[in-house]
Formats: sequence, structure tokens, C-alpha cells
Amino acid sequence: MPGLYSSLKYLAVALWSVFVVTPLLWALTTSFKTSNAVTGGPTYLPWLQYQPSLDGWRSLFGGAGGIDIVKPYMDSLIVTGSASLISIVLGTLAAYGLSRFDYRAGFIKNTDIVFFFISQRIMPPIVLAIPFFLMLQFLGLLDSKIGLILVYIALLLPIAVWIMVDFFDGVPRQIDEMAMLDGCTPFEAFLRVVLPNSLPGILVASMFCLVFGWNDFFFAFTLTFTDTQLLPVAVVALNSSVTPWWSLSASALISVAPLILCAFLVERLLSRGTLAGAIR
Amino acid sequence: MSLIIDNLHLAREGIPHLDGVTAEFGHGSITAVIGRTLAGKTTLTRAIAGLQAVDGGSLRLDGKPFGGTPAWRRDVAMVYQQFINYPHLSVFENVAFPLRKRKVAAGEIARRVTAALEMVGLASFGTRRPTELSGGQQQRVALARALVRRAGILLLDEPLVNLDYKLREQLREEFRGLLKDQTGAIVIYNTTEPSEAMMLGNRIVVMHEGKVLQAGAPAEIFDRPASVQVARIVNDPPMNIFSGIIENGAILLAGGLRIPVAEHLASLPPGSYRFGIRAGELRVGGEGDASGKVTFSEVSGSETFVYAQAPFGDAVLQIEGVHAMANGTQLSISVAPDRLFAFSAEADGALLAAPVTGDAAWPK
Repeated sequence: MPGLYSSLKYLAVALWSVFVVTPLLWALTTSFKTSNAVTGGPTYLPWLQYQPSLDGWRSLFGGAGGIDIVKPYMDSLIVTGSASLISIVLGTLAAYGLSRFDYRAGFIKNTDIVFFFISQRIMPPIVLAIPFFLMLQFLGLLDSKIGLILVYIALLLPIAVWIMVDFFDGVPRQIDEMAMLDGCTPFEAFLRVVLPNSLPGILVASMFCLVFGWNDFFFAFTLTFTDTQLLPVAVVALNSSVTPWWSLSASALISVAPLILCAFLVERLLSRGTLAGAIR
Repeated sequence: MSLIIDNLHLAREGIPHLDGVTAEFGHGSITAVIGRTLAGKTTLTRAIAGLQAVDGGSLRLDGKPFGGTPAWRRDVAMVYQQFINYPHLSVFENVAFPLRKRKVAAGEIARRVTAALEMVGLASFGTRRPTELSGGQQQRVALARALVRRAGILLLDEPLVNLDYKLREQLREEFRGLLKDQTGAIVIYNTTEPSEAMMLGNRIVVMHEGKVLQAGAPAEIFDRPASVQVARIVNDPPMNIFSGIIENGAILLAGGLRIPVAEHLASLPPGSYRFGIRAGELRVGGEGDASGKVTFSEVSGSETFVYAQAPFGDAVLQIEGVHAMANGTQLSISVAPDRLFAFSAEADGALLAAPVTGDAAWPK
């Protein structure tokens, strides 16, 4: 019964979409409300049920009782972007080595090294706060973008290595070997043959890195004070004795925007013809 | 002038993959390396290609050692058992890849790639991706990429084994034509199938458990297999081997079957032997020497393979035509005395006497 099956499928997708989109719509309406409209019961339709106002959005760009979100936004973009990029480059190289060559130091072998990387993420992050603080203090990098980038690389690299090792393990070794027989050095084989066929893996790993980096509040909060402030910290700073739901909603929307953009982009790339034929 | 492999050794975790392999491969000839799975064929080709380091031994090409040359500087092309192509490149670019890497001029590349694709019958598939092609077509792309370079050494590691029966037959024919054109190249073709080895190879090297058992012309190996092991490897189905003794001018097989000693065995002194006879040379029907019970039968092409329990041991019979044989059917089997091979009863199973050649049933 293909008809019933596809109806059920669309029903499920529709339900899930409601589940995903509703909070965003809720935030969107709230961001245009004033204090009275927020507390005066649930209302949804602008002009009919409540008078829309731009106060929430103005407060993000230096308006009354608000913050200037542009600088933390740029800082977050720079820190997350650089940390993700460096993690992906280093992680991909490391993962290729771990997937293709045998390393051995006493009883330590490849699988142990991979586990060592992943184990970095098993610890609760709070355990790392004090060591990171002391290290950055020693290096004079507290409250700086460089310091945060270094910390995020330490946090994102394991994710990149883990995903990419798994991915490279799924790319037949014979492809590298074939490239070498066709005249490529091992590094050229990696660059010209393995890498182009690993784009889906790299995209997925990048997505993970960007999400983890962008959403981190804890380290952005503990390792910065005044000079550098990342977006999550700036957003929290909006909150005072009275919770400004309108400003928070507006900031939530523009905070999540780059990730939504990324998700669409990755989805497009993954399903497009350029990657068709690549190894899953 | 040739590729000389001298005493190659390779063992991993105590299991020998190459156990003193010594062989010579000549220019302008196709050498078929035949052996069962895990015989060391793949390891040997990988060692020649430079993809596998060995524990000991040396490789010399035209007198110059080349064991130390890295894979990307060896003039070696290879076709794998799996259909290995570059998935991100079009069929044309796949075949052009080794030429682009060698900085061949663009016009020359276009000409040679087109010619190579034409040769393998994929002229109109240049813009497709390899993954959009069937298995046989993918393997043709891989072959075109190996041929287009005109490499000095061409290695084919069981290239047809992952294809279905019909396609295998067809590609085997095509390969024969294509490989014969590789003038001057050293071509090494690994296979488990006797018919493939006989058809493609100018020379055959028989491998088993990391050792070379015998090397020589196809007829020589087929007519005079050096040992029981070789006889079983180069015949499909494997040659039937029975224990028996020669006494009082007759051969006595297990189960009391007595057959006369044919002329070619006459010089053997009385004693224990192993006797071999090809599956196609055990006759069925009529007044047979012994009666056997069918345990299993299968039809392969226009022939029927019958597995039977006979008093002298388990036997495989190859019968012309398609026959339905229920399990348990009683068969009358006769052993032609003039078709018997005699092997030593010792562990090495060395050949002592072979039937006179001439009407031997050559594999097709």
C-alpha cells in the first residue's frame, strides 16, 4: 500500500516540522512584542492581537537597556570559524594517518591513539576549566580570541579526528594504492584522490565542529572578562532583574541563524550531484 | 632481460604469505599465476608493485634491483580484484589520470584515452561516473586505465573473479585479445581458475601456501603436474586422487578394485602410490569397474559434475551434457588404466608417471 505508506511518511514529517519550527516561530513573535504583550497571555497575530514593536531588536544594536551584539557576533564567528577550520585540517590529516599507517609505541597502537582523542570528550568539560585557565594565564592569552581558539581546537579536534577516522576507514585503501601506482606520492594520493572522495565526511565533521564551537558557553564565560566576549556570553548578559524576553528572542534568532544556514548548505552539498558517486 | 624474483619471504603473525618465492617473468609474455585463495598470489603482485614490504628476498628488473623503488616510481600498472576506480572522476578522467600525472601533452592524452576506451568498448561512456556503470564496465575502466599507460609491468589480480559467469567468459575473451597486444610488457595474471590460466598464459606459475610449486608452459603443467598438489590446483574440478598399490603387475585400489597396469606405468616398482585421474576421464555407465553412489551433482554450463562415493574413495566425475542425478543414484564407474597419473605416496606427492599426452581433455 504505497499510498498509505507515503501519506504516513508525510504526516510524520509534518508533525516533526511543527515540533522543530514552532519554537522558532514563538521566538519570532516574541521578539516583536513589548513587555505588556509578553506577559498578557498567549497572542500570536501581530497588529490583531498585539502591537508589534522593534524594541527587542533595537536593544541588540545599542538600544536602551541592551547590548551591542555586533562585536561579540564577529568575535564568535572568528573564534568558531578559525577553531573549526584548524581542527578540520589537522583532524583530517591525523585521521588519514591513523586510518592508513600503523603507529606503535610499546603497547600503544592506532586504536589506542584514536581512543585517546575521543577520551578527551568523555571528561566533563568543567574538569578542564581550571587547567585551561592556568595555562592561558601562563601564556598571557586569557581574555583573548587566540586563547579561545586554542581551547576550542583542543575541544573540537577529537570530534574531527573521530568522524574522519571512521570515514577514511570506509574509503577502500586500494584507491590510495591505485593513485600511487598511477604516479602519486602518498601525500598526493591523499590530496588528489582520497580527499575529493571524502568531502561528505569533511562536511559532516565541519558541521559538528561549528555547532559545538558556536554553542559553547562554559569556556567562553570562564576564560574571558572584558576585551573578548563571545555571543552566548553577550546574550546571557542581556538578562537582568527583569527578563527581557523580546531581546532574548531576537538574539536567539540571530544566534541560531548561521547554524541554520550551515545546515541548509551542508544538506544541499550532500544531496547535490557533485558528491554523487563519492564514497558514502 | 626480465623481472626476476628471488627468494621472497613474508610472514605476518607467524603465517607465511610468501615462503621463498623465486620466479622469472619475461617481457612480451603473459604469465598466469594460478593458486587457490591465500596461495600468496595477491601478496606477490603487491610486492612487485611496491605496495607490500617483504621480510627478505630481492626483485630485479632487467638486471637492476628495484625492490627499493617506491610504488609511485615503479613502472607498474595494476587491475584489482575489486573494481577500483576514482569515484569522483568521470570515466574519461579516470583513464587520463595516470597520463596527467606524468605530464603527457593534452592532445596526446585525448588521443590515447579515447583509443583505450574504444579498446575496452566504452567509447561512449567517457562522461559517466564509474559508479553509474555495471561491474563489468567498471572493471573495463580499470583495465583501460592500466593499459593506457603502457607500463612495463602489468599486474592483474584475479580481475574477473567478482563478475558473474557469463560476463566472466566474455571479458576473458576480450582480455586475451587486449593483453596479447601489450608487446614488450611483463604481464602477470593471477587466477584461481585453470581454464583462465591455460587460455591467457604463455607461461604458468603454480603457487600454493606461499610457495611456487611449478612453473612452465601450460601444456607441460597440465600434462605433467609436478605433484599431487599441482595436479589438484590445475584441474577443475580438482583431479581425483586415490591411494593404491602396484603388485603382481596390477594396480590395487582401496575397496579391492583391481585394474591392469598400463604401459606408461609399467616401469614403476611394486609398492604404495597415489593415483590420479581427471574428473572427465572417469567413465560412467556400461560394465564399470566399480559402483558408486551419487552424493551431489551440479550442472555447470553444458556439463554435469557428479560427486560420488566409490569403493576406492570419493570421486568427482565430469560428464558431458546435462544430466539429472538424484542423490543416492547408483553409478557404474570405470577407471581407464591408460589415463592414470602415478604420484609418490610420500608427503611431497611427486609425479612419477603421467599418461601419454595427445587426447587429453584440455579445459576450454
